[in-house]
Amino acid sequence: MGKEVTAMNRYALRYCMGQSVRSLSRNAWLAIITSGLIAISLIILGGFLLVTTNVNQFIRNVESNVEVSVFLHDDVDSTELQGRIDELDGVVQQTFVSKEEGLQEFGQTMGDPSLLRDLEGENNPLPDLIRVRVEEPEKVAAVAETIQAYPEVELVDYGEELVARLMQITSRLNYLFLILGISIALGAVFLIINIIRLSAVARQEEVVVMKYMGASNGYIRFPFLMEGMVMGWTGTVIAVLTLGLIYYQLASSFGQDSLILLFQPVMDMERLLPIFIGLAIVGTLMSGFGSFVSIRKYLRV
Amino acid sequence: MIEMKNVSKLYEGSDEVALNNMSLHLDPGEFLFLVGPSGAGKSTLIKLLFREQLPTEGSIFFENKDVTKYKKRELLEHRRRIGMVFQDYKLIKQKTIFENVAFALEVLGYSPRSIRKRVPEALEKVGLAHKAKSFPRELSGGEQQRVGVARAIVKDPVLILADEPTGNLDRDNALQLMRLFEKINEEGTTVVIATHAWDLVDRMQKRVVSLTAGELTRDGQGGYSNE
Repeated sequence: MGKEVTAMNRYALRYCMGQSVRSLSRNAWLAIITSGLIAISLIILGGFLLVTTNVNQFIRNVESNVEVSVFLHDDVDSTELQGRIDELDGVVQQTFVSKEEGLQEFGQTMGDPSLLRDLEGENNPLPDLIRVRVEEPEKVAAVAETIQAYPEVELVDYGEELVARLMQITSRLNYLFLILGISIALGAVFLIINIIRLSAVARQEEVVVMKYMGASNGYIRFPFLMEGMVMGWTGTVIAVLTLGLIYYQLASSFGQDSLILLFQPVMDMERLLPIFIGLAIVGTLMSGFGSFVSIRKYLRV
Repeated sequence: MIEMKNVSKLYEGSDEVALNNMSLHLDPGEFLFLVGPSGAGKSTLIKLLFREQLPTEGSIFFENKDVTKYKKRELLEHRRRIGMVFQDYKLIKQKTIFENVAFALEVLGYSPRSIRKRVPEALEKVGLAHKAKSFPRELSGGEQQRVGVARAIVKDPVLILADEPTGNLDRDNALQLMRLFEKINEEGTTVVIATHAWDLVDRMQKRVVSLTAGELTRDGQGGYSNE
């Protein structure tokens, strides 16, 4: 054969690409639905990852902003207690709030201090309070526990319930997202397998002839693999763009909203990029796997 | 060119041997008829030579290489050196005659330029240059089979293997096809044809190998039944 086939790969590749395109256009609707399904499953999967990342950040914010509120028994000497609290590991700041100040603050949060006029003086139901700030979120629980043990202290509260509930809700949500994403992904893989099967059947005649002409297995299989990959990549691109756009919109509207101070959406590329790259890899793997299974099963060469 | 030694073939799940202890020597440039009734092992022999099947026992050498020990690349190279012609033509319906013949070169990675040169030459040889733009369904059986031959010779094979090539053709077309094979053979290509068309074999007077129930029963020059 000599010189005539030196450019083999270029021509073979061109032929293979042509075949993939022809096959895809023959089953265009099915291909579009499959790409769509891949996109949806990836969007759900990606949504799950983005929500998780943001919730984790939120929890960290909540924890780091948590103050330990130490409610004191009536008529105890707080100065000595404050001295002890100062020595605890991790404590960076503490503020004493007398019951009078507490009532005033409460009134302000309610919007009209005059509402609480009746509760002033002897009638004040609030205890004295020390607000303790801890430098690292991990140390909050330990500090709270130690302070609770002091005799002057009636109650310690640091929002552990809020954190625990948040974690509970998100872990349930995570499961839901994960199961949904995986089911749809499986559906998409099944569709890919079937589309490739259809093309394999449609081109059976050609495949047999190719084999007799001495075409290599790779040469025969490559167009089918490409067909699956094209669907996969189309879906992946749609998913990444859609998800990116939705996320950007949501994140910027959240970011502007000063009411939700604690919730700052994750915007740094260092943490977002791996998610989107991961989605692209998953999409590629899905289509590659689907094509591979189908070729193995339906394309006997 | 081909050296078969004590080749036996037993298909899985069958207890009848398709070929039994067969030896055969074929020189380059020979023209050989494989004859015998259906089920005698003609197709099996063709499949073994194309290395579509492996023998259960024995060895087959093609140009001094053991075909049973081929690596992947060698197997492809082997098939590229052999042109196959089938009883049912195996043309691709959606492709034109030109495209069908070109396909044999495309899958082997020939450049478009050499495809444009070789395909018309091959079609010219089989007398169908004027049908290049037709589709297989627009051609008669005899013409379709000649396209099959053009596709087999377009890559300049050293060996043509034809399994019942005239099985679907009438007498005139069949004879015309045999003359075409003869012409190709005269240009230097080795030709092996499996057939049970005894009248054609009688007319051609070539080397004839007879198979009966998987056994080689005769190997000699002449007609179908050597009478």
